[in-house]
Amino acid sequence: MKRLNGRIWAAVLFGAAILFLTLVTAAGQMCMEESLVTDFSRKNMAPGISYIFGTDWLGRDMFIRTLTGLSLSIRIGLLAAGVSSVFALLLGTMAATMGRTVDSVITWLIDLVMGIPHILLLILISYAFGKGFKGVVVGVALTHWTSLARVMRGEVMQLKEALYIKAAQKLGMGRFKLVWKHMIPHLFPQFLVGLILMFPHAILHEASITFLGFGLPPEQPAVGVILSESMKYLAMGRWWLALFPGLLLVLTVVLFDVAGESLRKLLDPAGVHK
Amino acid sequence: MKGNVVWIGKQMIRMILLIFFVSAAAFMLVSISPIDPLQANVGQAALGTMSQEQIEKLQVYWGVGEPPVERFLAWAGDFFRGDMGISLLYRQPVSKVIGVKLVNSLWLMTIAWILSGIMGFILGILSGIREGSFLDKLIKGYSLLIASTPAFWLALVFLMIFSVWLKLFPIGLSVPIGVETSGVTMLDRIHHAILPAVTLSITGIANITLHTREKMIEIMESDYVLFARARGESTFSIVKNHGLRNAVLPAVTLQFASISEIFGGSVLVEQVFSYPGLGQAAVTAGLGSDVPLLLGITVISAVFVFGGNLIANILYGIIDPRIRRGGVR
Repeated sequence: MKRLNGRIWAAVLFGAAILFLTLVTAAGQMCMEESLVTDFSRKNMAPGISYIFGTDWLGRDMFIRTLTGLSLSIRIGLLAAGVSSVFALLLGTMAATMGRTVDSVITWLIDLVMGIPHILLLILISYAFGKGFKGVVVGVALTHWTSLARVMRGEVMQLKEALYIKAAQKLGMGRFKLVWKHMIPHLFPQFLVGLILMFPHAILHEASITFLGFGLPPEQPAVGVILSESMKYLAMGRWWLALFPGLLLVLTVVLFDVAGESLRKLLDPAGVHK
Repeated sequence: MKGNVVWIGKQMIRMILLIFFVSAAAFMLVSISPIDPLQANVGQAALGTMSQEQIEKLQVYWGVGEPPVERFLAWAGDFFRGDMGISLLYRQPVSKVIGVKLVNSLWLMTIAWILSGIMGFILGILSGIREGSFLDKLIKGYSLLIASTPAFWLALVFLMIFSVWLKLFPIGLSVPIGVETSGVTMLDRIHHAILPAVTLSITGIANITLHTREKMIEIMESDYVLFARARGESTFSIVKNHGLRNAVLPAVTLQFASISEIFGGSVLVEQVFSYPGLGQAAVTAGLGSDVPLLLGITVISAVFVFGGNLIANILYGIIDPRIRRGGVR
């Protein structure tokens, strides 16, 4: 077989990853009801043909539970990445264009958020919101902007020196219009890649914080909840409760990474000839 | 030399200010919470068994009805004097609880921190020597996979394999159950810490490996390596003489700057192995509304994170003067 051109390869990977993730999300949504069904005639079954991920001590189908949980994770990740990346874009450009005072305040803010270990910050925010679903969503959404904001700030700093920006300034274009018309379009590809690469972090943190027991109620099929429940049954040898949901979670995260990296390759004009 | 001292001084002041702001932010977060620490604990056995006076004392301590800013200043003042308040769940001074837990955690984190640093560095070097080789692809793939794996799941899998199936390691805790403190040997401690430490090291490797790899690729493409090759130096001696020296500083710096991540990882890993460390205490405090303990842990961990960042900055600033002159904006 002839080796595929790098860009086509990247496009195929990107498409496949997005397709798979959409399917998981949709499937999880549709199985919402079924994931809560308990059936004692089929409890504690090891993985087999009819239940490929096995069943738990209440006879719930682990495959469907995992799908529902992942779908929830992906949706929270979507929201979190959306909010955080807009935040990052705004703060990053503000820091770079609105003078030294604003810059130092924003840089401080970034350092401040990065100074508390991420998990601890999530625990604090979740506590601040009374430990509910809301706390998890707000926590994950509000804490992922720091590194992208730094990148954006650096990019805008560089962009400010570009000739076409200087020319626009000399022609008397207002600051806001300058940013909107000339900087944002230029930053957009980087922003998009940053956004997609934010997903894996958001999803991992959502799983971690629910695993620790903050946020979602125990009957909710979220990946973190499923895994923390499985801990109790580990010593009894019910390995499938922990193994498969975790594997699927890793796969999801890897796929988001793949999607982000292939998009980066596609959007990078220097890579056209690879 | 004088410039160095002034620069370090400035960095330290910055760090102290940052810690102050972190504690203020953390305090603000817990005070907007709808959960009242006293109310939340009245239902629990902890507060039920407390005497009436103690409850009143706690109410006074928490200044019910006082404005948050005053409460914060009172808390920060006490904190500064070394009085971090009393943990509601452990019913001991927070400083004491943190002291005990920190020692346990430091064991774990130091081992993991050093192990992951060394292993990550070696893997990064091996992988960067020849970009695109089979070994490189293997190491890079492994790092990306590890970076996508949640620490707690890896911990679960290890627990499953090594403790439940192979019965090589105990399932949890830092010392054997039912043995008096005096009966606990060093060997026991090590035996209990191995699995958590290994898990934590493995999850910490990805970052440093990828970073060292990038650096090493850059070095191998540089002119001085080309010249060394032209002189007839072997790959081994190039790596030894040119590669290691140039790659080690960024790696060490990165490792100091990544204390926050190892801290976060330890929270999860300690939870799985029920290892009684600082991370587990943070989770217990968060779930049990033990605000003084939660705040204490936040500040202590921030001190560690900023301390690591400070060391990283100093290392970079002193060894590479360009950073100090050009980087301060």
